Parts: sequence; structure tokens; C-alpha cells
Amino acid sequence: MSDKPLPITSLLQIPDSGDPYLEGLKCKSCGAIALKQRLACGKCGGRDSYEPCRLSNKGKLHAFSIIYRAFPGIDVPFVSAIADLEGGGTIKTNLIGIEPDPEKIQLGMDVDVVYEIAPRKDGEGNEYLAYFFKPAA
Amino acid sequence: MGSEDVYIAGTDMIKFGKFPDRSVATLGSEAALLALDDAGITINDIEALYSGNLMMASAMVGQQIQKEIGQTGIPVVNCANACATGATALREGWTAIRAGLYDTVLAVGVEKLAGAGMLGGGGGGKVGISPEGLLGSGAMPCVFAEAGMAHSKDYGTSFEQFAQIAVKNHHHSTMNPKARYQIETPLEEVMNAEMISYPNTKLMCSANVDGAAAAVLMSEKKVKELGLMGQAVKIRASVLTTDPWTDRDEVMPDVNTCTRNAAKQAYEMAGIGPDDLDLVELHDCFATAEVLHYENLGLCGDGEAGKLIDEKQTWIGGRIPVNLSGGLLSKGHPIGATGIANVYEISTHLRGGAGKRQVDGARLGLAHVIGLGTCCGIHILEAPSN
Repeated sequence: MSDKPLPITSLLQIPDSGDPYLEGLKCKSCGAIALKQRLACGKCGGRDSYEPCRLSNKGKLHAFSIIYRAFPGIDVPFVSAIADLEGGGTIKTNLIGIEPDPEKIQLGMDVDVVYEIAPRKDGEGNEYLAYFFKPAA
Repeated sequence: MGSEDVYIAGTDMIKFGKFPDRSVATLGSEAALLALDDAGITINDIEALYSGNLMMASAMVGQQIQKEIGQTGIPVVNCANACATGATALREGWTAIRAGLYDTVLAVGVEKLAGAGMLGGGGGGKVGISPEGLLGSGAMPCVFAEAGMAHSKDYGTSFEQFAQIAVKNHHHSTMNPKARYQIETPLEEVMNAEMISYPNTKLMCSANVDGAAAAVLMSEKKVKELGLMGQAVKIRASVLTTDPWTDRDEVMPDVNTCTRNAAKQAYEMAGIGPDDLDLVELHDCFATAEVLHYENLGLCGDGEAGKLIDEKQTWIGGRIPVNLSGGLLSKGHPIGATGIANVYEISTHLRGGAGKRQVDGARLGLAHVIGLGTCCGIHILEAPSN
């Protein structure tokens, strides 16, 4: 079992010192930002042309849904959200720190990416660090 | 490629429902026999079979159907393409006739989905934890809710407008005896139904049902030889596209671009525009999705879908009726069958046999499906010329 939290996805980087951050992959040929390693760029087909690209912790809410019926074992309601990050890259995660009420959640609103320990562990008892959206501070 | 036009010489579907005692092969075979009867031919006239089924993609469903209806040794192609599976099977048949390989083929789509619950989401491998419910949701009601909310962001589309789609499609289904449900659902009932994934309530989600549909495809030469021109529906366009790379599609499946691309190609192939259509069956897997496809298919300009809804232009009797069958919301959505059932619905109107929901004098109709992952299938059909 790891003595440190593990990243919930390959997008999340946890340096030995300093704050965690999200890192996408930018195509050197066309500039497209991918969220995971592919054999070739999805936009231009270029090969071996990715370079790491640190993603911003600031973004704008593009879409959301408030989930009331989920698969067994998942607490509801929660807000599933998609935000475009400053400088490129679009990610999806839960929007927290706001009432799950369509009247309160404004499309286009500014959000911050925040990093918190996930409320579930894997079968070996490992903890995971996750990333969420919060309304911009 | 051959230049000969391809026709739907016969088509039918079983009434969609819940059939725990009948197998996938049995349901598909029932639809196949109905379509053969509609064309007035037998399995001995069929030169190839294209079978669409998603959930048993490895089970050789086409060959299972052959064993029910006649094992004649013809080629069988089993197709899986998510919710565009049926349209893909049909299009494979169209392609083969256009290529000059055959004159008469059978396309069958079948699925057992009653009681399947929500699809999508879940996930998480052996290593790590499932991201479902932490990094948003990948469940279908959420995916299509988010797609609808992106439309709201741009154009202010409201919960009530989305809900009106379900009111309309459930209303249409009361006139379709082959729909799973024939129940009116007033606006308040739709909006107050169990909220699944805002803004989609339970009545705004497609119905998981068992079902099957089939179509006999024929070359023009064969249609004339058999004297079927009076009932044969011409396939004016058959198009399949996939989702090209877009900035957001790693987290937000893009059902818009592939539909727009398919619509453009289909209108060009048919030599018509959206204003020439008399009716449309489109992929209302969720009420939010139908709104997007009004604009994607060019039934109105970008940002005008809300107006189309408010003015009831897509209701029966409206300018361009959409989903007169009741759509996936109320007719039901047996995945592999849906793409052929939509073609059956359009064909039935074009042949003047749609009963209470008939579009008078319908001459041109469009059938559209989306397979998430993602692809889009469109067929444009023309009425028999008699």
C-alpha cells in the first residue's frame, strides 16, 4: 500500500514538493491538447509529437448536470460539470462547494480546480487524490 | 460503384415491449419474416443478410436468425455500432447493392434491453478507483443532459422547452400501436417526474425495451422485375459519419459535428434541402438530444430550436413533424433495432399507411441515429412514385 495518495487519473501530477497540478499533452505539430497519451495526435495524426502541457486551475463552466439517480454506492445528488480551462484543455469533474440547484449554478461561471482526497479507497486501502471544480474564489 | 438506385421493397417491425420468454434471435426473426411478407418474397430470394445487434455482438445473431427463418448459406454480416447499429446494418446492405454485388438483401436490427437500467458510466479498472460520481458522471442521462446544457449556455434553452419534447413524443406515440407506450404525459407530469439527471426527468429518457425491425433492400432492376414500384421506397441518401476531433470531445462526446457532417452529405446526395422534408425521425435518446438535432439537421437555424418548440412546429400537423412514432422516448429504444425502426416509420408514412399519425402526402423523410462513441447514420427516403 502506498504511503502517499495516488493520482485518480494520469492527468493529475503529484510532485514530491509543491502543489499538485493537471498536466495534459500538447501536439507539437498542431497545438491540440490531449488528456491522455495516444499513439498519434487525434487532430492532425502527427506521431511522437506530444509535449507535457500544464493545465490552468482556472476555467469557465461549459455545461453541467445534477445527478439524482446514479449507480449503486454513489451518493446523490452531485453536480457533474465540464469546464474549459484558461489557455486550453477541457476537463470534466464534480462541481463542489455550491448547492446542487440549477438556479444557483450559472453556465459560463468562473470555476477553480481544487485538489482533495477522494472519499473512496481502492481494494488495497490506497488513498487517492482527486480534482474538483469549485466556484471561483 | 454501381449507379443503380436502391429501394426498401418491404419493411416492418414488431411492437416494442418486454418479452422475457422470447430470445433475441426469435424477435429478430419475427421482424425478418414480417419484412419478407411485406415485400412478397421468401428467404430463398435473399442474397445476403445484414444483422444489427449490440449487446450480443459476439453471438453471431445473424446466423441464429438464419436458423429460425431459413439456412440458405448466404453471406451474413453481424454489425455493432452502438445506437447506430441498425442504421449501419441497413447501410451495409445498401452499399452492397450499389456495388452491384446483389439485387436483394435483408437487414435486421434486434435488441433485448427491457430492464437494462442506465447505460454508460461505471468503469474503473483493477487498479485505482472508479471515477464515476467523483469526476462527474459518464452515465448516458448525464452525458446527454450536459450536451443539452451546452445548448442552454449558448441560447438560453429552458428546462420547460426540453420537457416539451417529451410531451410531444409521448403524445405522438398514442397514435402508434407499435410503440411500447401509448400514454399522454402533460408538461407538469414530465417536469415533475423523477429527476434522473437535470434537466432530464425519467419521462425525458428513452425507454429500454425489447424490439426488432427489418427491411428488404432491392435494386431498381429487381423492384421493377417483381412489380413492386408501387410500394418501394427509394433510398435517396445513405450516410455514415464519425466524430472528428474537437476540443472537448475527450470529456464530452460530440453528437453535433458528426450529425451536421452527415446531414450535409445526405442533403447533397439526395439533391434536396431540409425544407423539402415532410417528416423526420431523429435520435431522441433523451429529450435534450432532440433539441440539438433540430439545428444539426438544419430544420431551423442555430439558436432557433427553442422557437421551433414554442411554436409546436415539430408536432403532428406542424411545419416539420419530428418523431411521429413516439420516438425513442415512448416508442422505445431497443438499440440494434432503432435505426431500422426509424426507417420503417418514415417508409410507412411515405406509403400512406401510418393511420392516425399519417403525414398527408408525405414525399420525403429523413431518419437519423447517433451511436455514442461516436457515429451518425442518416437515410433520406422518397415515396413510391405511383
